[in-house]
This record gives sequence, C-alpha cells and structure tokens, in this order.
Amino acid sequence: MDFIRKNPSLPVFIAGLAIFTLVVTFMSEAYGAGALSTSFVKTLGKTLCLALVAIAMDLVWGYTGILSLGHFAFFGLGGYMIGMWLMYARTKLIVVESMASAALPPTPSEISDAIGTQIFGVVGSSEFPLVWMFAHSFWAQIALVVIVPGILALVFGWLAFRSRVTGVYLSILTQAMTLALSLYLFQNDSGLRGNNGLSGLQNLPGADGISQDYISIWFFWASAFALLITYLIAAFVVSGKFGSVIRGIRDDEARVRFLGYSVEGFKLFVFAMTAVMAAIGGALYYPQAGIINPAEIAPIASIYLAVWVAIGGRGRIYGAVIGAAFVSLVSTYFTGGQAPDIPLGFYTIKWVDWWLVLLGLSFVLVTLFAPKGIGGLFDLITHRMSPKRGGAPLGPDDGSLREQEAEK
Amino acid sequence: MTSNASTLLEVSGISVTFDGFKAINNLSFEIGPAELRAIIGPNGAGKTTFMDIVTGKTKPDEGKVLWGDLSRNLIGMNEAKIARAGIGRKFQRPTVFEDQTVFENLLMAVKNDRNPIAVLFFRPKAKDFAKVEELAAEIGLSDQLERKSGELSHGQKQWLEIGMLLAQDPKLLLVDEPAAGMTLGEREHTTDILKEAAKTRAVVVVEHDMEFVRRLECKVTVLHEGSVLAEGSLDHVTQNQDVIDVYLGR
Repeated sequence: MDFIRKNPSLPVFIAGLAIFTLVVTFMSEAYGAGALSTSFVKTLGKTLCLALVAIAMDLVWGYTGILSLGHFAFFGLGGYMIGMWLMYARTKLIVVESMASAALPPTPSEISDAIGTQIFGVVGSSEFPLVWMFAHSFWAQIALVVIVPGILALVFGWLAFRSRVTGVYLSILTQAMTLALSLYLFQNDSGLRGNNGLSGLQNLPGADGISQDYISIWFFWASAFALLITYLIAAFVVSGKFGSVIRGIRDDEARVRFLGYSVEGFKLFVFAMTAVMAAIGGALYYPQAGIINPAEIAPIASIYLAVWVAIGGRGRIYGAVIGAAFVSLVSTYFTGGQAPDIPLGFYTIKWVDWWLVLLGLSFVLVTLFAPKGIGGLFDLITHRMSPKRGGAPLGPDDGSLREQEAEK
Repeated sequence: MTSNASTLLEVSGISVTFDGFKAINNLSFEIGPAELRAIIGPNGAGKTTFMDIVTGKTKPDEGKVLWGDLSRNLIGMNEAKIARAGIGRKFQRPTVFEDQTVFENLLMAVKNDRNPIAVLFFRPKAKDFAKVEELAAEIGLSDQLERKSGELSHGQKQWLEIGMLLAQDPKLLLVDEPAAGMTLGEREHTTDILKEAAKTRAVVVVEHDMEFVRRLECKVTVLHEGSVLAEGSLDHVTQNQDVIDVYLGR
C-alpha cells in the first residue's frame, strides 16, 4: 500500500493500459470487429515499445540527470539480437523444405551453407560470421538481447563515469557511441548484412499457417505486458531510498559523494539497467516492424528519444510514456501521408517535409514555455504546484530539475 | 609533533599549488577524537582548500593525511570512501537536496549500507525512523519532516545539513562557516549543536566571525597564506603579534 501511496499514478496507469489493451483487442482483425487494421495494431504495438524505452530514458535523464543521447543503440542491439534468431530459424525451415525433394538427403553442412548463402548472398558472402554462432538457439539469442547491450553499457559507462565526464560532454560521448556502432554495422563485413539489415522479422519461424492478424495482436499484448513490468520496475526504483540518491545525483552529485555514496556506481547501475530495458523494448519492436537496419540507431534516433521525454514531461514516469506515445503516433500520422496538404496558393505545405520542422518547433516551445510537458496537464487535476524559487533550479548540476519541473 | 593514540586526524606537511599560486604551504594540523577546533584566517588563507584536501576533493602535491587508529593515508581515496571512513563535511552555502523532503534528506544520510543494490532494496526500519526523528529534534526541524527542504529558511537549511552530517555518524565533522547568514538566535542554536556534537567526536569549524568563534570556547588555529600562523586559545592567538598584523589589525 505504501508503494501505491508513493506512486499515485500507478493505479491510473495500470487501468489505462488495461482498457487500451482490451479496446485494441476487441477492435482488431483477429479477435474483434476488425475496425483496426493489422498494420495499425502493429503501429500501436510498436508505440508501446517506444513508450518502454522512453521510461528507460526518463530514469537515466529525468531522474539521474545523465542526458544520454545513445540509448537507441541499446534498443537497436536488442532488435538485432532477436532478429538474428528469427532470420536464421526461418531461413533454415525454408532451406530444409526446398532440399527435401532432392534425391539424396542433405548433410548438415550443406544445410548450413545453403542458409548462409540465403542470408549473406546480399552482401556477397555465404560464410557465417562469428557473431552468428548462437543464432541457431532461440534461448541463447534471448539471453544475448540482455547480455550484449548490458555489457556495452557497463563498459562504456564505467569508462565515462569513472573519468567523471558529465553534462554536455557525456551527451556528446553517447552520441559518438551510437554513431560509431551504426557506422560499423553499415559495413558489409560487420557480419550483420550491412545497410540491408535484417529483414522478414515479422514472419515467425514455423508460424506460416498463422495469419499476421493474430501475430500482430500477440506482439501487441507482449509489448503491453513488457511496458507494464517496466513501469512497475521504474516506479519501484524511484520511490525508495535509491530514488532519493539518484535524484540527489541529478541535482547535486558532489553532495551525494560527500554523503559516502559512490556516485559512479549508482550512475553505472542506472545506465546499464536502462540499457537492458531499452534492449528488451527493441527485441519486441523489430519483429513488429519487420526490418532492422543500421539507420535505426543513427544518432538522431536517440535525440528523438530525449525529445519525447521532454515533450511528455521529464522526471515523471507517465510523462515519458505519454510523450513517446503522443509524438510517435502524431509522427506516423504526418509522415504516413495521411495528413492533408495545406495549399497556400504560392506554396503547398506537405506534411511529410514539414513535420520535422513542426516537431523541432514544438520541442523548443515546450522547453521554453511549458517545461513540465504534456504530463504537466495532470497537475491541473491533482493541484500539484511548482515551488516559487525566483527561477533558481533545484541544484547546481547541469541536469538538475528546473523550478517549474519541481513539485512544491 | 608525533602521532599518538589520542590523534584522530594528522595532516603533515601538505602543499598544493593552483596555477603557480601556493594555496597550502607545508601545512600541518592534528586533532583528537573528541575535540572542538576553530580554524580562522583571512580570505585566501587556505581554509576551504584544507577541507578539500582532507575530504578528497583536491589532491595535494605533497604531504600526508593520516586517519584513525591505523593511521591510514587518506590521499588517493575518493570522496565517497573518505566519507564512509567517517569524515563528514558541511559546505559554506547550505547544500541540501532541495527537491526532497527533510525526511528524505536525513534518511539518505543515516548510516547504512551505501552499496547500490543494498540501497535499492532498502526499506527504513523502526530504528531508522527513530534516528531521523531524534536528529530532527536535535536540529529543531521535527515539525518540518514532510516539507521539501527547498522551502526551508536559510538557517533551517544550515541545520538540516548539520543534521545530515550527524546522521552519517562521522568521527570527524568539518564545518565550513556554519553561521554565515544566520540571525543571532540561529547562531546560538548552531553553537549549541556543534558543542554537543564535539562531546562525542572531533569537530572542525572554519569561521570568519570572531564573535561566533568566541562562543565556541575552543582551541583556535589561525591560518595565513596556506600555513599555520598560530594555535591556542582565542585569547592567546588574538594577542599574538603576527596574528594582529595579518588578520585582526586590518
């Protein structure tokens, strides 16, 4: 009960998510009236995954004050890890089937070569690179979804935090990390099919008889469940003394140090934990998207993530969820060609081109005039007030809470 | 001076230079386990730098800082480790976590396992609540526990910070200008808190204000240009001609 008292938004969030899931289920092609197309169910499922990674971003930036602009790298890596198994297992089924009609039964090495040719023919190779050594095993790749981004975050975080890199410099470093990873993956000999990426991920191995109508709603459920668990973990992490310490680090990390807490240890813990959260989000997102390529982890993707959290409201978990869901759905609307063009006579505003300008402008406006973001609208109902501090932030550090973001 | 069983902290021969400016020059200092000491000196005498060195914020160019019965050298240890070894520090301007309640501030400071995993699963027990309430009573903030500390008055923030220091249960308290910006009544309360604390632990107070130092009724160390100019009772040092020249006689 104490947990709910400290997180009054929790019951509202759970109820909201449950209702949303039910409504989508009963409007889907598979289990309901069919009012929502399968592709739109996939869009909603992907949106839930983006909301999940936004929670991770809020923990690391909104609560700990580390403006990481590289968390989408972990999201993408999670997608790659699950994508390797999906691609391998499905290609194997196809290869085995096509070889079954041959006069002689194929040897295991013939099967392996045929799979390799199928997968890597596009980059002019047929050999399995070393990184695919576990691709045949579902459970191994599931473990790698957590292990690979987790270890990358631990190593990167350890180097960066130990040297006490903070603020803008840390943000630049994280951008460099995601840029380097994406450039590496763009190479054909990186072993992950270069700019082709991994594709056909929406087709689950051995599920050819099951329509995408069903698969899409199953992934939607899985995404909703993962979002719920992430929300609960995030609420648990920020509500106790751990939350106190990380908010202390955000506002005044030197003071936390003099209290005897290892600031580096706490930052590393949060950084790695959120990297793993992001990776799980990615592992659920890309089977719904069907394709992953290195462009997904370009630096801009991680910047979007920060924009979502800022627009939704930093330092409140539901703010991150709302920001990610709202901005990514609106973005789908404008960039999907559904928004009508606006003819001005001398010029026609095409939303596909102008959407990014609108998003950039909203980001600037929210930062300047509504620092609480969309989440701040809830304060009108709950009568949450900001303290009057004459414009002073809540602490001396770069990431510290600003006056309007704080609660009286 | 040699180290003996009654020395808690022994600083010997430390020097530090910032861009050619010698902030601390061959400074030596020692304090016993239950002692109140005031450090005075004009601006730039090296008072704050001295605290920075003891707490691990600044690394000296030379010298040793020996701590405790085992005479461990603190130089090279990071701030958090030194704090866990038992040295608490209060900054000149009150630094409390303004977005958090008085209770949260104190609970964070109460001596418990500081490991991230232990902190994550930490749930305050009856003794932790009792400790927070006891401290809040001591610093006069019992009825403010649920308030955000950012709303407190300047003096209350100073006390809260002292309370957070006491919560860590340090063996040595370093307090930088605790009376700055306080009213007369608040000063008296602060003196009482510090004197009480010094009964069970070492307390070093850096102070500008002579009246406040007089009220502490303790041994005084005068710093000038990064080294010790004089040491003794307040009356003793105020009669020292060097001290009069550089500090009092301005």
